[in-house]
Amino acid sequence: MIIQSVKMAWESITSNKLRSFLTMLGIIIGVLSLVVMVSLVNGATGAVTDQINSLGNDMLSVAVLDDKGVPLRLEDLQTIQADDAVLQVAPSVSAQMTAKHGYKDAFVSVYGTTSAYYDINGLELECGRFIKTVDVENASYVAVISKEAEEELFGDDSALGETLNISGRAFKIVGVLKENDSMISMMVSGLAVYVPYTVESRMAGQPYVSSFCVSARNATDEAEKAVKDYLLARFAKDDNAFAIINISSVSDAMSTVTDTLSLLLGGVAAISLLVGGIGIMNIMLVSVTERTKEIGIRKAIGAGRKSILMQFLIEALMLSLLGCTIGLVFSWLILEIVSVIAGSITFTMSFGTVALAVIFSSAIGLLFGLYPANKAAKKHPIEALRYGG
Amino acid sequence: MQNKKTVISMKEITKIYNVGGEEVRALDGASLEIREGEFVSIIGPSGSGKSTLMNIMGCLDVQDSGKYLLDNQAIESYSEEELAKIRNKKIGFIFQNFNLLSRMTAFANVELPLIYQKVPASKRKELVKEALAQVGLLERSEHKPSELSGGQQQRVAIARALATKPSILLADEPTGNLDSKTGEEIIRLFKELHKKGHTIVFITHNDDIARQAQRCIRIMDGRVTEVDGV
Ligand SMILES: Nc1ncnc2c1ncn2[C@@H]1O[C@H](COP(=O)(O)OP(=O)(O)O)[C@@H](O)[C@H]1O
Ligand SMILES: [Mg+2]
Repeated sequence: MIIQSVKMAWESITSNKLRSFLTMLGIIIGVLSLVVMVSLVNGATGAVTDQINSLGNDMLSVAVLDDKGVPLRLEDLQTIQADDAVLQVAPSVSAQMTAKHGYKDAFVSVYGTTSAYYDINGLELECGRFIKTVDVENASYVAVISKEAEEELFGDDSALGETLNISGRAFKIVGVLKENDSMISMMVSGLAVYVPYTVESRMAGQPYVSSFCVSARNATDEAEKAVKDYLLARFAKDDNAFAIINISSVSDAMSTVTDTLSLLLGGVAAISLLVGGIGIMNIMLVSVTERTKEIGIRKAIGAGRKSILMQFLIEALMLSLLGCTIGLVFSWLILEIVSVIAGSITFTMSFGTVALAVIFSSAIGLLFGLYPANKAAKKHPIEALRYGG
Repeated sequence: MQNKKTVISMKEITKIYNVGGEEVRALDGASLEIREGEFVSIIGPSGSGKSTLMNIMGCLDVQDSGKYLLDNQAIESYSEEELAKIRNKKIGFIFQNFNLLSRMTAFANVELPLIYQKVPASKRKELVKEALAQVGLLERSEHKPSELSGGQQQRVAIARALATKPSILLADEPTGNLDSKTGEEIIRLFKELHKKGHTIVFITHNDDIARQAQRCIRIMDGRVTEVDGV
């Protein structure tokens, strides 16, 4: 019986293709907007989250804003590192300075730090080595530069072993970092040059740590609490004296925002699906009236209410599912095109989104098909037979 | 003939329509009996209640009062869904305007009642072929109604009525839309079917055609006056 109903529904849908297509258009557009919007938000979210995570998801950045006369020194960082929740601590005192090589110069961010900085920030070397503990102890004039800084100052030549002039001091370049493909970290760190902390503080004329970074042993939240407790104790319980940036909490906040966004856009798309459903109901009602005679004939030769109901319900369901399929195909095409245009970000339809679209369309088809189908099923056979001559 | 089983038994059947606040007694105490294997015509002027009577016989409608037994079952106690089943199994309906589904082939039209009867596909094919062969239209199986003449369309409709092997064939003015020659052919087909043992009741307002039946029932203002055939 189901197979027969499906056959009949298919015949009736294909017997008037243009009308069926126009009926499905609402569902097609609804599914299209639902799937494309949700997939775009998901794709963009994924890309942004990746960028944020590339900053170091298990890292804390701490800035001292008001030292209250008891500024932090390098030894204090050792105390912080002694906490169980904390894995490593490294100063990240930075200053904007002009670096020169030969005739070229560039405005760079000079970071005074220690060897731990490398692991905490998940840096990678292209060649050479990073700042070592002996460099810090001896206050050696050595520097590690970012790939971007190398390109700026040395062009295509290798910077390794060359010297760099910063504030009249000559630094030997002992390492070059790998290019960082994350746009955000590029923006944050700029043309970075890393020097031993002790050298930086000598140049700045003060041996205080105004900012540092921390890696957590386990959860970042625990490390954050440990650092916070320490700093509160140090700075007279004033939590405005310092700022702790927890990247993982940033990405948490980010995902809350994007979840809300996809819910919102999905909701808007769902409304257009609903409108599509009304389109189906409208055409089904017309169809039921047009086919009154057919319904009468079917009833006269023995179709019960249930069979007629089933026939029209399946027709509505098929219309919406067919519309859904077409919508999914178009969504896929659009996402492929957008992915090509966007380049670095690939947008894909997740299984969940497809399932959502299919379930939603079927529900709409059934919901809006029910009234017309019931109307058809309730027709009196004789009156239906008499309809239109 | 007297010992044959009664297929239809109607006693004091009335059917009243309300048209603009006025009562129209379409049937006014009609009584009749039809036995197995009979070939009966119903004749009467237009508006005398012939179609109303036949619709009740065919379980398309239910009387307002009176007793109707089909194969000794009281019809008025059934639900709509059950009436649909009875129409499907026991009644073969033939209409004046054929009432075929225009989008479907002759074969599919004849198959339809069997689908509602949930007959498996292979058995359906067999029954449809048998029915189409009986009306001599086997070679037109794949034609749509629009590709058939009026007489052929009516034959397809008869095949559709025959397909389920019903207890009774009911035809409401089956020759009404046909020219007299084609009408004559349909009546000849009915006669053949009657010879094969089918019970047939048909409506007409043509005396010549009515007289060809075994028995003639005359209806007037919703009342039945039985007249024997020639
Ligand atoms: N659905 C209906 N509503 C109102 N009156 C009806 C209806 N069906 C039939 N009638 C009336 O009942 C009477 C008998 O009709 P019908 O059985 O169709 O006559 P016949 O088939 O003999 O021409 C007529 O007067 C007709 O107007
Ligand atoms: Mg009539």
